Amino acid sequence: MDIKSYKDVFVFAEQREGVVQPVVFELIGKARDLANSLGEKVVAILPGYNISDKAKDLIEYGADKVIYIDTPELKDYLTEQYAQTIYQVIKEFNPSIVLFGATTIGRDLGPRLSARLETGLTADCTKLDISEEKNLLMTRPAFGGNLMATILCKDHRPQMSTVRPGVMKKRSREVGRNGEVIKYVPQFDAAQFKVKIIETVTEKKKLIDIADAKILVSGGRGVGTREGFEKLKELAKVLNAEVSASRAMVDAGVLGHERQVGQTGKTVRPDLYFALGISGAIQHLAGMEESDFIVAINKDKYAPIFHVADLGIVGDVNKIIPLLTERLVKEEK
Amino acid sequence: MMKIVVCIKQVPDTNEIKINQVTGTLIREGVPSIMNPDDKGGLEMALSLKDKYNAHVTVITMGPPQADSILREALALGADRAILLTDRKFAGADTLATSHALAGALKRLEWDLILTGRQAIDGDTAQVGPQIAEHLSIPQVTYAEDLTYDGNRVFTVRKQSEEGYQILEVESPALITVLATANKPRYMSVKGIVEAFNKEVEIWGADKIEIDEEKLGLKGSPTKVYKAFTKGLRAAGQLYEVESEEAVGIIISKLKEKFIV
Amino acid sequence: MDFELNKTQQLFQQMIREFSEKEVKPLAAEIDEQERFPVETVEKMAKLGILGIPVPVAYGGAGGDNIMYSIAIEELSRVCGTTGVIVSAHTSLCVVPILEFGSEEQRQKYLPKLCRGEWLGAFGLTEPNAGTDASSQQTMAVPDGDEYILNGSKIFITNAGYAQVYIIFAMTDKSVGVKGITAFIVEAGTPGFSVGKKELKLGIRGSATCELIFENCRIPKSNILGKIGGGFSIAMKTLDGGRIGIASQALGIAQGAMDETIKYAKERKQFGKSISAFQNTQFQMAELHTKVEASRLLVRSAALKKDSGQPYSAEAAMAKLFAAETSMEVTTKAVQFHGGYGYTREYPVERMMRDAKITEIYEGTSEVQKMVIAAQIFK
Repeated sequence: MDIKSYKDVFVFAEQREGVVQPVVFELIGKARDLANSLGEKVVAILPGYNISDKAKDLIEYGADKVIYIDTPELKDYLTEQYAQTIYQVIKEFNPSIVLFGATTIGRDLGPRLSARLETGLTADCTKLDISEEKNLLMTRPAFGGNLMATILCKDHRPQMSTVRPGVMKKRSREVGRNGEVIKYVPQFDAAQFKVKIIETVTEKKKLIDIADAKILVSGGRGVGTREGFEKLKELAKVLNAEVSASRAMVDAGVLGHERQVGQTGKTVRPDLYFALGISGAIQHLAGMEESDFIVAINKDKYAPIFHVADLGIVGDVNKIIPLLTERLVKEEK
Repeated sequence: MMKIVVCIKQVPDTNEIKINQVTGTLIREGVPSIMNPDDKGGLEMALSLKDKYNAHVTVITMGPPQADSILREALALGADRAILLTDRKFAGADTLATSHALAGALKRLEWDLILTGRQAIDGDTAQVGPQIAEHLSIPQVTYAEDLTYDGNRVFTVRKQSEEGYQILEVESPALITVLATANKPRYMSVKGIVEAFNKEVEIWGADKIEIDEEKLGLKGSPTKVYKAFTKGLRAAGQLYEVESEEAVGIIISKLKEKFIV
Repeated sequence: MDFELNKTQQLFQQMIREFSEKEVKPLAAEIDEQERFPVETVEKMAKLGILGIPVPVAYGGAGGDNIMYSIAIEELSRVCGTTGVIVSAHTSLCVVPILEFGSEEQRQKYLPKLCRGEWLGAFGLTEPNAGTDASSQQTMAVPDGDEYILNGSKIFITNAGYAQVYIIFAMTDKSVGVKGITAFIVEAGTPGFSVGKKELKLGIRGSATCELIFENCRIPKSNILGKIGGGFSIAMKTLDGGRIGIASQALGIAQGAMDETIKYAKERKQFGKSISAFQNTQFQMAELHTKVEASRLLVRSAALKKDSGQPYSAEAAMAKLFAAETSMEVTTKAVQFHGGYGYTREYPVERMMRDAKITEIYEGTSEVQKMVIAAQIFK
């Protein structure tokens, strides 16, 4: 089939327990941009059980069309059931692009599908654009995040990408927006359904290892007290981050040793590190200077922390942090 | 006797990679090559099954000749058979072409269970395992944190998810991708190391596997790298001495820039 | 002549380095502070075969060579001097003499259990009045039927109290001097054999160093190691091998101190730049690095000679002399480079300096090594 006859940007609308995942709306937002560049449509594929009422949300967030599949086999995600379904939809509608969230489901389904379709899949994309030749430019990190690569899938269709949650922006909701909603009925080969779900368990994650956190809100002497740290915890909550501390605060009993950053504590390399009221002694720097982006707030403009900070603010942590939290909460709304 | 094949990959230790502060490019020399951590988890899982059920463990890797060293490591850890899949025809392969080559080799082997790591720390795609399963038409379970076997044909897998975990059951033959955190890999024993280099590492080329050569290497790769670049040197930081309100504004616009807000 | 490690040795180095970093290093400061013998580490090492490296597989060993053994002691000592000497004393001073001088029955009885760590080994030569002058043995062994009755005491014995198998030297015939010393294999639990006072030491504080007391201990004749009167020769030959172990320990400690100092010098900034940018640092570190590399070559050369079956006494003595003195120099300078911080227990270099000192003393003081070397030159 001629490459040019593949059209439209499809988004896999991943749902769990009937709830469409947040990443899907982010993907629709991006798909909208891509479709606009191509002069094409945004189509959501929504597999599940008793799921058709969710189609409206997808349209209000930017989808032009929703293809939903409603059968008991699709109530909970299983590789083969979903792969057969999406494969059949893709073969019937011939999209140019298909986007998935890079979730445990997306990263299980995406590659299985790409092999079945014998097409290209690019994982964990952080940036998607349309090239001059109208191909999808997929940019992603490699080498543990040390390298960025832009990938092209020129001669195969659909071009498939999984995209990290929290990277693309969802559009604002257009209440009452109209779109097409179609029901699709797949033909299952049940003999291939070889995996059974025995149990699904929701578990609060055990004590987080600060070394695994993507964002750390870290406090030192400049924060000083437990009350001060409560403010940091509020900021961390809004940012979905973890709290950590310098040795001085751990010694003072404000936080446990498992949250200590530094030479005698842990070495961390988060995407974002807030060094709040931390002077930047060599023992502390040794534990965090490899962080991707460092924001430091300290009263002392000569504090050594400012030598490694990407963004430094000379000021009072205890004044700035509550204000920051307040503003962020407002932004969320 | 249960037969297990473990797919492993030799990767640069990306935790040790640094950026040249002058040119902004990756410094690759002197970075040690290691067995991919998720694959180590898979191998340990296979060896635990071997300990319990007397299974036969084959390890296979697709790579250049120097990948021999991770096969020796696997033999020293207790693997029974080691295969190096190497051929110029595999060069330039993306994940799909790689999975075709490995599936082609697996078609020439007998197995009840295939274990792979969830993803490699250089590519970070998590694609090859599921793609191999598709080519072999066998069921897959990914993100395995734990695996038990009923001694007959059924594997019970604890699969990690964002909200917690799931318990899944699958009958052999099956392919399972494993997390590095699933277990604490054993160390090579001294005796295992001494004997590792006396054992044979089989070298298989494209002619030895069941494959349509069009699906190999650069030719068989639907995705190609258009360009690669580092995130650049750490730019000098910016320091602001301003009132709290303004400071908050600056921080928030930075967070927005980075899509954190 | 190839100075590179072969592939087996490289793979072994990779394993033992990872093991040292992950299993041994986290305990190093604690066992030093608490003067605690790391039983859990010994158990882990036993499982991997680290307690029987140079012993053939037929006797339960790992079938490795002395280069691998030296690498093991070096890598362990790099993170923990105590753990290094535990393995060195057990292997070089107990396992190896049984392998080299034991009867087939003795080998079958003791080696498998020693190699898998079910039993730990020790060596008792030093006495209150017999240190450098080792031949002045006052521990006596008197024959009585099928047994010998052992009386006397030993001091400064490494692994004492944790070992089950001790190679003990005693005088069986005073009238012939050195040729009247005999080596015995003595098992813990033998009536009359007790472990006495534990020494409180400057360094390698987690290593158990104690007195051994023998009061009318009955040792079967079958436990004589080698020939009656052949003990001194066994002791000297055993110490030759032990010196490779201690030289490896000294080398490891020195290397560990170098690694810490390089890291610190890059991070520590004074006068607007890293202290690694100052020529004073660079020149001194260059000299120390050269000496550490030279130590390594001497150690490996001695190990190779032993592996090839050639005489290696002088080589082992040179390696120990040079590596021990180098480790003392490197660790002392390491503390100096760390400044005030180096004097505190927050950084490991003060422990490395305290650990290094003993390498100039035990298994033959540096003075003894010079005697051995001179004897070789002037023969």
